[in-house]
Amino acid sequence: MSNEIEAIKDPGLPAHVHRKADTDPVAEKRAERQVAILFLISALGTLLFIFAYYFIPEDVFFFFPVLGNTNAHQLFLGLGLAIALFFIGAAAIHWAKTLMPDEEVIAMRHTLRSDDEDRDALVATVKERAGAAGLGRRSLIKRSMGLSLGLIGLSPLVLLRDLGPLPGDDLTKTSWKAGTRLVTDPGDRPIRPEDLEVGAVAQVLPEHVGEERRHLSDIAKDAVLLIRLRPEEFQLSSERLSWTYDGIIAFSKICSHMGCAVALYEQTTKHLLCPCHQSTFDVPRAAKVIFGPSARALPQLAITVDSEGYLIAQKPFSEPVGPSFWERSS
Amino acid sequence: MTARERVAGTVANYVDERTGAAKWMKKNLTKVFPDHWSFLLGEIVLYSFIILLLSGTFLTFWYDPSQREVIYDGSYVPLQDLHMSAAYASTLHISFEIRGGMLMRQIHHWAALIFMAGMVVHLMRVYFTGAFRKPREFNWIIGVGLLTLGIVEGFLGYSLPDDLLSGTGIRIAEAIIQALPVVGSYLAFFAFGGAFPGEAFIPRIFTVHVLLLPGIFLALITVHLMLVWYQKHTQWPGPGRTEKNVVGYPLMPAYMAKAGGFFFIVFGVTAFLGAVASINPIWLYGPYNPGQVSAGSQPDWYMGWLDGLVRMAPPLETYLFGYTISWNILIPGLIIPGILFTGMALYPFIESWITGDKREHHLLDRPRNVPNRTALGVMSLTFMLVALINGGNDIIATTFSLSINQVMWFSRIGIIILPPIAFVITKRICLSLQRADRELVLHGRETGRLLMLPHGEFVEVHEPISPELAWKLTAHEQAPALALEDVDARGVRRAGGLKNKLRKRMSEANAESIAKPNLSDLKEIEHH
Repeated sequence: MSNEIEAIKDPGLPAHVHRKADTDPVAEKRAERQVAILFLISALGTLLFIFAYYFIPEDVFFFFPVLGNTNAHQLFLGLGLAIALFFIGAAAIHWAKTLMPDEEVIAMRHTLRSDDEDRDALVATVKERAGAAGLGRRSLIKRSMGLSLGLIGLSPLVLLRDLGPLPGDDLTKTSWKAGTRLVTDPGDRPIRPEDLEVGAVAQVLPEHVGEERRHLSDIAKDAVLLIRLRPEEFQLSSERLSWTYDGIIAFSKICSHMGCAVALYEQTTKHLLCPCHQSTFDVPRAAKVIFGPSARALPQLAITVDSEGYLIAQKPFSEPVGPSFWERSS
Repeated sequence: MTARERVAGTVANYVDERTGAAKWMKKNLTKVFPDHWSFLLGEIVLYSFIILLLSGTFLTFWYDPSQREVIYDGSYVPLQDLHMSAAYASTLHISFEIRGGMLMRQIHHWAALIFMAGMVVHLMRVYFTGAFRKPREFNWIIGVGLLTLGIVEGFLGYSLPDDLLSGTGIRIAEAIIQALPVVGSYLAFFAFGGAFPGEAFIPRIFTVHVLLLPGIFLALITVHLMLVWYQKHTQWPGPGRTEKNVVGYPLMPAYMAKAGGFFFIVFGVTAFLGAVASINPIWLYGPYNPGQVSAGSQPDWYMGWLDGLVRMAPPLETYLFGYTISWNILIPGLIIPGILFTGMALYPFIESWITGDKREHHLLDRPRNVPNRTALGVMSLTFMLVALINGGNDIIATTFSLSINQVMWFSRIGIIILPPIAFVITKRICLSLQRADRELVLHGRETGRLLMLPHGEFVEVHEPISPELAWKLTAHEQAPALALEDVDARGVRRAGGLKNKLRKRMSEANAESIAKPNLSDLKEIEHH
C-alpha cells in the first residue's frame, strides 16, 4: 500500500540510559542501604504487630485524629501488619528499580497458528483414530451411548429435588385467621384501639400460641402495620372501609415489590415508603402505589375488635402477601 | 565452586532428572514482560484473590454457618440477650473476642471491594486498548465469567453474617428468584429449603462461597494466566515495538522482584484499610428479622447498579390466565443484566465482524485512535453510572436535600438519554485528540517562546518533536471502511441485505478518523 511506504519510520528502540547506581559506586551503595532500611522498617512493623497482639489491651479506646474514637489494640495490630507487608514490597521494588538489571530486552513472538502440515496431520490422526473406534459405523452403540449419557445428565436434577419442599399454599397463606388477635411486636401484648393515637403507627403480629418461638418464616409473611388516621381521612370503597376500625387501618408490612419491610411512615403526607426500592404507598387510599417500582397495593387486613375490646382480624388476608410469583392470580 | 553453588547444583540436578524442568525453566525465567502501569491492574486482582483466600480461611475457623437460633451472651453489650442466628453471633464473636478477628474481617471485606474494583478497571483497560482482539478472545470471555462470578461471590460473602442489612439483600434475591415465570416459586423453595428465610440458606451459600466458587475462580484464573503467559503480553506501540516482538524486562530477576513486591504492597494497603477504615459494622445493624429493615439499605457498590435498575423500573406486572409476570423485577433484575453481560462477552466477535479484521493483534490501541469503540465503552459506563447513582438515590436525596422522586426521575430519563450523549461527546473528543496529534507531528511542539519578526509580526516558535514521539503518534493503522456492496459483480442483490447494510453502516462509522500524517505531509510542510 502506498500509505505504508510513506508512513513515518520506526526509529527503533532508543539507546539504553544507565541509572546512577549502574555507574556510580557511591549511588550503588546508597541504593543498597535504602533497600536494607526498607526491609528493617518492615521488621519493625512485625514487632509492632506482635506487641499489639499480646500487650495492648482490647478495651482501650483513645482519640486519634481523623479516625475519632479508636480501639488501640485493633489499630496498632492492623498498622503493624500493614507496615510489615507494605515495606517488604517497597524494598523489593526499590531493589529492582535501582540495582537489578533494567535493560529492555526484545523477544520475538511466534504466530500461534500451527503449520498447515501439523494441522493436516492432526485432522488425519483424528479421522484415523475415530475411524478405528468405528463410531460412525456402529450406530447401535452411538445411539445407546447418547441415551445413557443424556439420562445420567438428569440425575443431578433428581438428586437436588430434596433441597426443599414444594411451595404448596405456603406463599398464599399466612397465620392470620378470623378472630386472631393482633399483638405488639416486640412484646406480644394484645392491643386495644385506644392504645393507638391518631397519627400513630405500630407493628403487630398474629397472637402466637404454643411453646416454640415464632419462626422467622412466619414473621416474613405475618408482619402487619397498624396506622391510625381520622376516619374522615380515608378515601376507601365501602367494603375496604368496613375492614378498618375507628380510623385504624392494617396493611401487610411485607412489600408487594420484593418483600422488604415497609418501615417508613411519613405522618404528614400519610405515605408508607419501602426503604429498599422506594415504592411509596398512599395510606388513605388503601396503600395504593403512588411512586416506585411496586405494581400492587399492600394487601389490607380486615380488622375489628372482639368482645373484650382487643383488636382482631375479621378474616385472613384476601390475597397473598409479599412479592409476586408466577402462580399468583392478580 | 562454593559450597552454596554445589548444593544448588545438586538440588537442580535432582529436580531436573525427575521432571526435565531445566529446559522449560531456562526459557521461562528469561521470559520478557512489557512494562506499563496499566498492566498492574490485573495483578491487583490476582493479589486480592490471594488475600481473600488467606483472610477468608482465618474467618472460617470461628464462623458458624448456621441459622440455628441462639441467645447472644458475648461482650458486645447492646445486643446481649437478643435472639439471633449462630451465624450472626459467631460473626460478632470474631469481631469482638478473637484478637485480630475484626482486622481480618475488615481486610477480607476491603480485599473483596478491591478485587471487584480491580476487575472492573482491568476490564476497562483491556477494552479501551483493544487487548481483547484476536488471539485473546478466550481470555476476554473468561474475564467476563470471572466478573460475573465475582459479583455473585461478593453478594454471598456479605450475606453470610446474617445481619439485618444482608438479610434484606437475601430477601431481594429471593424475590428475583420467585419472580421467574413458571419455575420461580419452586426454585425459591428449593434454594431456601422451604419458605423464606428458613434455616437452610446460610449453610448452603457458605459452601458455595468458600468451596464451589473459589474452586471455579482458581481454575479460571489459572487458565487466564496460562493464556497470558503462552500468548505473551500485549504491548503499547512505541519505537522498536512491533506486532512481531515483545519488548520489556526478563522475568528474572527484575520482573519477579517487582511483581512479588507488588503483592506485598497490595496486601499492605489492604491491611492498612482494614486497620483504619471501618467497613460493614454488622453489630450496628442487629440480627436479621424479616419484619424489620433499616433506612438507607444499600448493597455493596458492585451490586448497586443492579439495585439502581430495580429501583427505577416502572411498576409493570402482567396478569394473564391467573398467572403473574413481574416485569418490574424481570426486566431490571435479569433481562437487562443478561443483555449487558452477553453483549460484553460477545464484543470481540462483534467488532471483528464490523471491521472484517481477522488478524492477530499484539500492539495496543490508543483509545483515541478507535473512536467508535471508545465511545461505546464510555456509553456503557454512563449507563452503569446512572444505574449506580440511582442505587443510592435515597442517600443522595437525604444528603443533598432533594426529593427521592426527583432523583428517581433524573435516573429514569437519564439512563435513556445520557448514554447516547456520552457516545457522541466521546467520539468528538477522540477525533479532536487525533487532530491534535496530527498538528503535533506536522507542526511540532508549542514552545511558548514568542518571536517578533522584522516587520513586527509575532509568531510562536514550534519545535519539531522527536522521531520516537512522531512514530508513537502515527504507528496505528487506519483501515478504510469495508467495501460491502448491496449487489455483487453480476448485479445480483446479495442475500442478507439488511444485515449487510447494518454492517456497512457500522463499518463506516468505525472507520471515521482524522488522517494520520505521513512522510509526504511532513515534506510538504517543510517546503512552506
